[in-house]
Amino acid sequence: MTVLEQPGAYRPTPPPGWQPRVDAAPLLPDAEPYRLLGTAAAAGISPDLLTRLHRELVRGRRYNTQATALTRQGRLAVYPSSTGQEACQVAAGLVLEDRDWLFPSYRDTLAAVVRGLDPVDALTLLRGDWHSGYDPHTHRVAPLCTPLATQLPHAVGLAHAARLKGDDVVALALVGDGGTSEGDFHEALNFAAVWHAPVVFLVQNNGFAISVPLAKQTAAPSLAHKAVGYGMPGRLVDGNDAAAVHEVLAEAVRRARGGGGPTLVEAVTYRIEAHTNADDATRYRPDSEVEAWRAHDPIALLEEAMRDRQLLDDEGVRAARESAERLAADLRTRMHQDPVLDPMALFEHVYADRTSQLREQAAQLRAELDAEAADAGEGE
Amino acid sequence: MTTAVGAETARKPATMAQALGRALRDAMAADPSVHVLGEDVGTLGGVFRITDGLAEEFGEDRCTDTPLAEAGILGTAVGMAMYGLRPVVEMQFDAFAYPSFEQLISHVSRMRNRTRGAMPMPITVRVPYGGGIGGVEHHSDSSEIYYMATPGLQVVAPATVADAYGLLRAAIASDDPVIFLEPKRLYWSKADWSADAPEQVPPIGRAVVRGPGSGGRRSATLISYGPSVPVCLEAAEAARAEGWDLEVVDLRSLVPFDDETVCASVRRTGRAVVVHESTGFGGPGGEIAARVTERCFHHLEAPVLRVAGFDIPYPPPMLERHHLPGVDRVLDAVARLQWESEWTEGSAV
Ligand SMILES: Cc1ncc(C[n+]2csc(CCOP(=O)(O)OP(=O)(O)O)c2C)c(N)n1
Repeated sequence: MTVLEQPGAYRPTPPPGWQPRVDAAPLLPDAEPYRLLGTAAAAGISPDLLTRLHRELVRGRRYNTQATALTRQGRLAVYPSSTGQEACQVAAGLVLEDRDWLFPSYRDTLAAVVRGLDPVDALTLLRGDWHSGYDPHTHRVAPLCTPLATQLPHAVGLAHAARLKGDDVVALALVGDGGTSEGDFHEALNFAAVWHAPVVFLVQNNGFAISVPLAKQTAAPSLAHKAVGYGMPGRLVDGNDAAAVHEVLAEAVRRARGGGGPTLVEAVTYRIEAHTNADDATRYRPDSEVEAWRAHDPIALLEEAMRDRQLLDDEGVRAARESAERLAADLRTRMHQDPVLDPMALFEHVYADRTSQLREQAAQLRAELDAEAADAGEGE
Repeated sequence: MTTAVGAETARKPATMAQALGRALRDAMAADPSVHVLGEDVGTLGGVFRITDGLAEEFGEDRCTDTPLAEAGILGTAVGMAMYGLRPVVEMQFDAFAYPSFEQLISHVSRMRNRTRGAMPMPITVRVPYGGGIGGVEHHSDSSEIYYMATPGLQVVAPATVADAYGLLRAAIASDDPVIFLEPKRLYWSKADWSADAPEQVPPIGRAVVRGPGSGGRRSATLISYGPSVPVCLEAAEAARAEGWDLEVVDLRSLVPFDDETVCASVRRTGRAVVVHESTGFGGPGGEIAARVTERCFHHLEAPVLRVAGFDIPYPPPMLERHHLPGVDRVLDAVARLQWESEWTEGSAV
């Protein structure tokens, strides 16, 4: 029984002749997250796509474990791991065309790496040598965004601008379940729908916003259900099924590119590690819950489906793992070198032209650094 | 106030974080209208663990994990205050308070004024603020000037463990909204402190002289607050060796501003340096220097100087030490005060 069917529930009488503007039914998500692996439909997925997904999943897992290890060695200030969420990250990284744009949050380094970013550059923010380690234009990846949901309106604006210019560019914006509570989420979705902008919103629902479980975040039937209120389709997908996430995103990207407007995709997944290395997850969730989700591991799901179709054997698994080890070794070596930083860079790019105040302050720091160097020289 | 504190907890080393937690607990115990709300303040006890144990002790209705939405948190706090509660809101980090500025500036700060006193806003907004903890982008802003520039808000920043407790109690008790800036890098600073000393609760708006000088010939006042106070105390210690007698005024409260204590000190010493982390241009130091100059012009031997963070977006952690005003930068300014005074004396001959 829905709320409206309850006896005595408030029900406004529509004015005569009132009609809903659109039929809401096609916008509503299915009750169950869409699964592809292990179903009959999986037979239709191209072997090439499955192989690429698999390789990136295995490399992505290794990237996560290596980055986490680097925090323990003090080489990274902080790392929000996407272990367990690799299917979302990999699908998001692979689904776009070169000309499209990705708008990641701080947890989405892997999606950016899969899209082509140098793995070390992707970690610059988290290592702490600069706020962003790459030129966003190179791979059309916006800077990793720390304030929650603030990247979403950017994605809408960029997609809108591209369409105004006549370019068939799509923007894919990533956000967590917690981020959907922010006002910016609402404003972005509303703009996107009203402007019919070519944007895809991917919510990675990993169960928690730091310590707060989804139940305390929203009373909606699902996050995908939020779409209907804006007038865009909502899609619910198993976020650990890489093929399903890829297919749902690909369909949304196609619709956006073809002028069909935005889509909200909710991928149901789980954050296996703590929020970051600075967080203690045992304070708010039992290990048994984590273990249950480990049994629904995105790599295992894909490997099983691929072995069923004889698209993967031990040799294939070994090859993917070797590639992952090379990635990890490269990351280790390069992250163990101290970054060479010039403190004078503090005054660069604050404005296109340095103000006289900043020139003064730069001279002050220069003098301090020279004095420091002279002191160090005397000390030898 | 509370009976839970036994003698065994009296005057033992406590951190500022513990004192803040204690202040919340005592305020909630003393007044059932005090409610704590924010992101992760319940089960987790806040990312800095300031609210640890409150949900357990007072229930989730009194210490509430909210959805992740700062505008929503502060906006609902406005409604709660309208209905007679005293909300204490936690913003998780300085730069994450910005979504709430609409509520803060358009409503919280001016509700009393627009309702001609009929609707006070006894809201405390706790903001872990400032740098020096190696935080990545958006985790180290000093946003006090935005708050200071908004009439109707009180702005408070403790520098000691005892003040953290006392000022937070005072903030929660205040019938006006208080922006309570918690210097993150002092969270783990320790002092011998007793939660059983309510007489130590300083009223909001009183500065205090820490390490008073004797007002000799080479004397100056360092005016500071929050995370820069320990820097100034260290600089005062170092300057003593060079024959400088420095007096440190800890403002504790930026709004209201204690002109009296500040000017009494500057008149005694004849020189002043304002020290803070936030940017210098358009920063708090400009206001403070102007006030001091207006009131103490004839007592000044040198212009009031400012030592501040550079006028740049807060830098990444690996470079923040070059940005944050440290002891050396304060001492350099003090040296310039002397040069100015010698020049003045020389030219007068
Ligand atoms: C505006 C804003 N408020 C608070 C924070 C602090 N914060 C960082 S991550 C986080 C939880 C985010 O949860 P979710 O959106 O579910 O993403 P997840 O980290 O789980 O991927 C919070 C509260 C922030 N980054 N930005």
